[in-house]
Amino acid sequence: MRIPCPYCGPRGNDEFIYLGDATVRRPDPQALGASDAFYEYVYLRDNPSGLHQELWYHGGGCRSWLVVTRNTRTHEISDVTFAAGGKL
Amino acid sequence: MNAPHRLAQGGLIDRARPLSFVFDGQAYAGCAGDTLASALMANGVKLVGRSFKYHRPRGILTAGSDEPNALVELRTGPRREPNTRVTTVELYDGLVAASQNRWPSLAFDIGAVNDWLSRFLVAGFYYKTFMCPAKFWEMLYEPLIRRAAGLGRAAGAGDPDHYEKAFAHCDVLVIGGGPAGLMAALAAGRAGARVILADEDFRLGGRLLAERYEIDGKPGTEWVAEIEAELASLPDVRIMPRTTVTSVFDHGQYGAVERVNDHLPVPPEHEPRQRGWKIVAKRAVLAAGALERSIAFGNNDRPGVMLAGAVRAYANRYAAAPGRRVAVFTNNDDGWRTAADAHAAGIEVAAVIDSRAEPPAQFAALGIEVLTGAQVSHVHGGQGVRGIDVVDARGRLTKIDCDVLAVSGGWNPAVHLTCHLGGKPVWSDNLAAFTPGATPPGMHVAGAANGALTLAECLHAGVAAGAMAAVECGFPIASFMMPSAEDEASGVTALWHVEESRAKAFVDFQNDVTVEDIALANREGFSSVEHLKRYTTLGMATDQGKAANVTGLAILADVSGRAIAEVGTTTYRPPYVPVSFGAMTGHHRSRDFRPVRLAPSHQWAEEQGAVFVEAGAWLRAQYYPRDGEKDWLETVNREVTATRASVGVCDVSTLGKIEIEGADAAIFLDRVYTNTFSSLPVGKSRYGLMLREDGFVMDDGTTSRLAPERFVMTTTTAQAGRVMQHLEFCHQVLWPELDVQMVSVSEQWAQFSIAGPRSRAVLRKLVDERYDLSDKAFPHLAAKEVAVGSVTARLFRLSFSGEMAYELAVPARYGDAAIRAIMAAGEEFSMIPYGTEALGTMRIEKGHVAGNEINGQLTARDLGLGRMMSSRKDYVGRVMAQRPALLEPDRPVLVGFRPADRKARLRAGAHFIPLGATVTAANDEGHMTSVAFSPMLGHWIGLGVLKRGPQRIGERVRAYDPVRNGDVEVEICSPVFFDPEGARLYG
Amino acid sequence: MKYSVFSLLREAFRGHAGWTPAWRKAEPKSEYDVVIVGGGGHGLATAYYLAKVHGITNVAVLEKGYIGSGNAGRNTTIIRSNYLLPGNEPFYEWSMKLWEGLEQDFNYNAMVSQRGVLNLYHSDQQRDAFARRGNAMRLHDVDAELLDRDAVRAMVPFLDYDNARFPIHGGLLQRRGGTARHDAVVWGYARGADLRGVDIIENCEVTGFDIAGGRVTGLDTTRGSIKAKKIGLAVAGNTSRVASLAGLRLPIESHVLQAFVSEGIKPAIDCVVTFGAGHFYISQSDKGGLVFGGDIDGYNSYAWRGNLPTVADVMEEGMAIWPGLGRIRMLRQWGGLMDMSMDGSPIIDRTPVAGLYLNCGWCYGGFKATPASGWCFAHLIARDEPYEVAAALRLDRYATGALIDERGAGAQPNLH
Repeated sequence: MRIPCPYCGPRGNDEFIYLGDATVRRPDPQALGASDAFYEYVYLRDNPSGLHQELWYHGGGCRSWLVVTRNTRTHEISDVTFAAGGKL
Repeated sequence: MNAPHRLAQGGLIDRARPLSFVFDGQAYAGCAGDTLASALMANGVKLVGRSFKYHRPRGILTAGSDEPNALVELRTGPRREPNTRVTTVELYDGLVAASQNRWPSLAFDIGAVNDWLSRFLVAGFYYKTFMCPAKFWEMLYEPLIRRAAGLGRAAGAGDPDHYEKAFAHCDVLVIGGGPAGLMAALAAGRAGARVILADEDFRLGGRLLAERYEIDGKPGTEWVAEIEAELASLPDVRIMPRTTVTSVFDHGQYGAVERVNDHLPVPPEHEPRQRGWKIVAKRAVLAAGALERSIAFGNNDRPGVMLAGAVRAYANRYAAAPGRRVAVFTNNDDGWRTAADAHAAGIEVAAVIDSRAEPPAQFAALGIEVLTGAQVSHVHGGQGVRGIDVVDARGRLTKIDCDVLAVSGGWNPAVHLTCHLGGKPVWSDNLAAFTPGATPPGMHVAGAANGALTLAECLHAGVAAGAMAAVECGFPIASFMMPSAEDEASGVTALWHVEESRAKAFVDFQNDVTVEDIALANREGFSSVEHLKRYTTLGMATDQGKAANVTGLAILADVSGRAIAEVGTTTYRPPYVPVSFGAMTGHHRSRDFRPVRLAPSHQWAEEQGAVFVEAGAWLRAQYYPRDGEKDWLETVNREVTATRASVGVCDVSTLGKIEIEGADAAIFLDRVYTNTFSSLPVGKSRYGLMLREDGFVMDDGTTSRLAPERFVMTTTTAQAGRVMQHLEFCHQVLWPELDVQMVSVSEQWAQFSIAGPRSRAVLRKLVDERYDLSDKAFPHLAAKEVAVGSVTARLFRLSFSGEMAYELAVPARYGDAAIRAIMAAGEEFSMIPYGTEALGTMRIEKGHVAGNEINGQLTARDLGLGRMMSSRKDYVGRVMAQRPALLEPDRPVLVGFRPADRKARLRAGAHFIPLGATVTAANDEGHMTSVAFSPMLGHWIGLGVLKRGPQRIGERVRAYDPVRNGDVEVEICSPVFFDPEGARLYG
Repeated sequence: MKYSVFSLLREAFRGHAGWTPAWRKAEPKSEYDVVIVGGGGHGLATAYYLAKVHGITNVAVLEKGYIGSGNAGRNTTIIRSNYLLPGNEPFYEWSMKLWEGLEQDFNYNAMVSQRGVLNLYHSDQQRDAFARRGNAMRLHDVDAELLDRDAVRAMVPFLDYDNARFPIHGGLLQRRGGTARHDAVVWGYARGADLRGVDIIENCEVTGFDIAGGRVTGLDTTRGSIKAKKIGLAVAGNTSRVASLAGLRLPIESHVLQAFVSEGIKPAIDCVVTFGAGHFYISQSDKGGLVFGGDIDGYNSYAWRGNLPTVADVMEEGMAIWPGLGRIRMLRQWGGLMDMSMDGSPIIDRTPVAGLYLNCGWCYGGFKATPASGWCFAHLIARDEPYEVAAALRLDRYATGALIDERGAGAQPNLH
């Protein structure tokens, strides 16, 4: 695969490190039921066949964490943004 | 030497450059421009190989990389390459090849007894038998099968040649240098696109080399030369002959193999044998042509039965006559060209047998005997064709003498690369073949690969695809004078199998899959095309079914009463042709398999005669032996003893080092460490523990506060990269609102641990005297920037050894100078360097955890570090670390162990079971994680995790180690073996 | 018809006309006692043991394609029971024991070949970790031998002992490990189940579940609705997709794993060898091809194919241990969908939906588990309680923390 890093341009996927689903959000650790929420956050995944928002780390490049929208059936990448938000 | 089957004239061979070669011990002569196949053919060698299962004699079927039969062991010794297709081997002087899968000789092969037994050895026979008695399978049957199976022999020794990996980017990658590919490359190249034109052959032209076509009134080869010259003149066009594009990967990436020097006996010095390419292309034009297929009829595998197009290739391109008297069996117009070309080459044509009732008109003038509506049902001859039986429409049998039968069952477009990303080919009744379905993004298909089988169509399609690809890359349309060529006849009526066959009719030649096998598989319910393949091995040979698959599934459709489109194809998987390990590996082999990271003191350590050890990517000094020391243990004991007695130095630059800065840096650290760092004063260091979000320990290390908003973190060597990634994740993904930045400085600093009671005295000589190093001014866990000579260094008072110790960090470029200066300063104190073994021994003596304990399976509590889990703040891993199973009182917890018999040796990896308990998993109470011989205590010591360990101090358990016969009774003790009060830290 | 040398001889003399389908092409009935979703090795084995061990024969196996079209038909065929953790080891050893009697049991030659599995180690630390695992195996009464460099060299002399980046220090050997012919395992179970009355229904995809009052009552398929008292899911890489039809969200990601086979060559390597300074495993099939693989590609995928960096990595690692591979050619590569669990170990358990059972999380190690997976899943479905050796393979272990993490990689599927 080639991932279009918004900072570095398109690069081979071997420059990147994959983490997984980008849609899960770290829960409020103080909230009631935090342990259930953390269980879901750490372990449960939609794992869709189709569009997937996922985190990739450009460790072999600019060190940005990216949110890549990729189709898991075709590997087509439709969008890439910085996980931290913001634009170049 | 005179090659008896060499035609007197013609061909693209260089008769002035004779080459000699050896096949099965017999010397022959060929010419430059020959392949091994054409040279063998010119010499009248028909029997070239043996089939996989029945060991049937086989000859050359094709003239390309789709060859299933004529495989040889090429070259000798460590360069021996099994299963090499003679059809793709360029002849070179001194070539040596041997036939394979036969014994004792090719002509007389004992294995051919399988052919006699073939009524038992049908598809899947082995699934039904060899089960009884059970033991006999592994003792008898399987070894026999294994010995009989396989094809050629591997070299066995390391490959002496070397290989390269190479990378290229282009606008348009054109795959195939036949008429369509040449036109596509020219159209894109003229438009200004960066073009790569890759062709498998050593000569551009594709089918034009094998046919007698004319383009623009010129012979095809002349036209090719002109196009090639223009392409070569274009600055952004790169022509890559001998290069097969083998695979398509996502997002415009293509794998290719360039056979750089396979046409030479040995690659020239400093040149690779092959080059594995990764080509990134915005667009690709697939112009890979089409592959001719055979027809299944009795004994259709005999040497001398060839594909009709291959017969033309040998006659026209190589001036090699496949035989003296050729018959043609075809179901399409194209087959007739073979008759015409053979005739023109002076080869006698016995007959043309066309299964169709209406032959094409234009060949009528040849004066050749023609049998229409007829089929070949049988081939006579064992190791070579002697004649054929022809059944005509009325069922009459005619026998025709011939020594070659040219067969054309039609052409299959080479759709392979269109399918690598999941595209499914589409059946065309008109062509009686599969054509490309959905293509990979960015790929256009042109010419015969797209089902355009005539030359004029190919030229037009090539121009259109090349121009389209260039336009899509943003280039203008270039003006183009379309070359003119014939739109030759190409009609076809499907014929897969001759019903009247009485001998075995082969579909997959190499794997000996017959029409009967397909029918049997269908009868047994293996009627899905994938089941058929797996049950019969159809298409699993080294040609990956190029010569067999479509015919096979058409026959399956027939016997199962389905349409071919309904049956579908198996999946076309990469690579298009088999790829050597060498080409995929390049220089990443042997010691260069992975890069080596060297510590800044490496050269110095080498000078000291250090023994090095692999630690991940690093090569670290393990110990520094001295003359007279009998083994590593004596050396390590000396290093430990000397360090604890006076002072020692160890390169710890391999630790990860991360600078963390910003107004929120302290808050950030509080969130990633279990313990608190916001309270750390400037100028101090603190040991920190980091968890994964699942609550298990990820890493440990020290972090020092150099300024209110500036920290430097150290990580373990092994986890340096992962921790950096984790911190970036925590910042960029979890808490982007925090004002903090971080950068890895692991490479930027050389860091040395200087440990022992005289460490301060050594440092005193190194550090500028304006810095007070007294225990009061620079106590344990102090951290400060200092000057060492003119260099700004960082000094930390940190101890892994339990001694009073410092870590001195200097910019990495001073690392070598620093170790020399440190050793010089330490000379008067008998300072010694110590390696990772002594480092490990001292940390075990102190009960410090390291990689063996931080193994991803243990929690902070398991490691006895529960007290470091702050209850006053949140941090990564806090919530999940409270899960009930992780709070179980029965979990194994870190404790120390010493042998009950103090002379006994301990070994890490031993499991603990209660004394006297039976040896069962139920009694497994934990395991030894680390051991060392403690020179300070004079016996072996160990760390390990044990159920309720801390409550069992003084108790004895059995350290069970059957895999090393190392059962030892051990006593449970505190993990801190040496200086438990920690007094030695302060001096 | 019973398969034997006699039946083969008899058929040989009458043109093999008497062979009948290995399994019937069954049409779905309207109702079954048990429906197994997924006609791979695990699903078919489950049906086989339901019928054979528990006498439950009113069973259907639904397969969306052809049977064995998933990971059962595209793996590297290794069988072994060399696990470290008590949650895994007894389960895989039970599988090994079933392998050892499988062919006689289901009357099909699956070519189970106990040629040995040798895990190379390359450092003292790794030796100790392997010793820990070997000792754990011995505690479970499983064979394990720790070999030093010389012993490894005597066994596989052609590896690189003198010029390697990561020198071979020794290996952990399980002699009872080996390989089996993957497709034959599928067909053998299918035939065995079919003979006992199980309906194997191919080209039948599940499109929904009927759930009433927290209990599953049936399912919808592309070939109509089917009522079922109990339903078991054994759909590997499609677990999340199918389970979501029943409203379940699971600790599973689907990843692609590539595998490779070389051209056939004469016998060159006898046992299964794995590389410890990376992730690479290789063996040779009875047909002569070298069968090998390495790491998963590392990203979620349902695409059944991988990418180039992994191909290069795998082949480099092969050359790293066996320099003689240089001129051997890789013939074919393919990709399968792995149901990667969050701790790298499988799940055989009930679900929050009564009557719906789950068999998943096999990561890239499901083939060797096939017999025990079927056995234990059948037991769970028949008795509604776990079979002893699979008792730890619970779905709730992620919530409780009773994880089975052989690698210690944590909650990140692509690291297992």
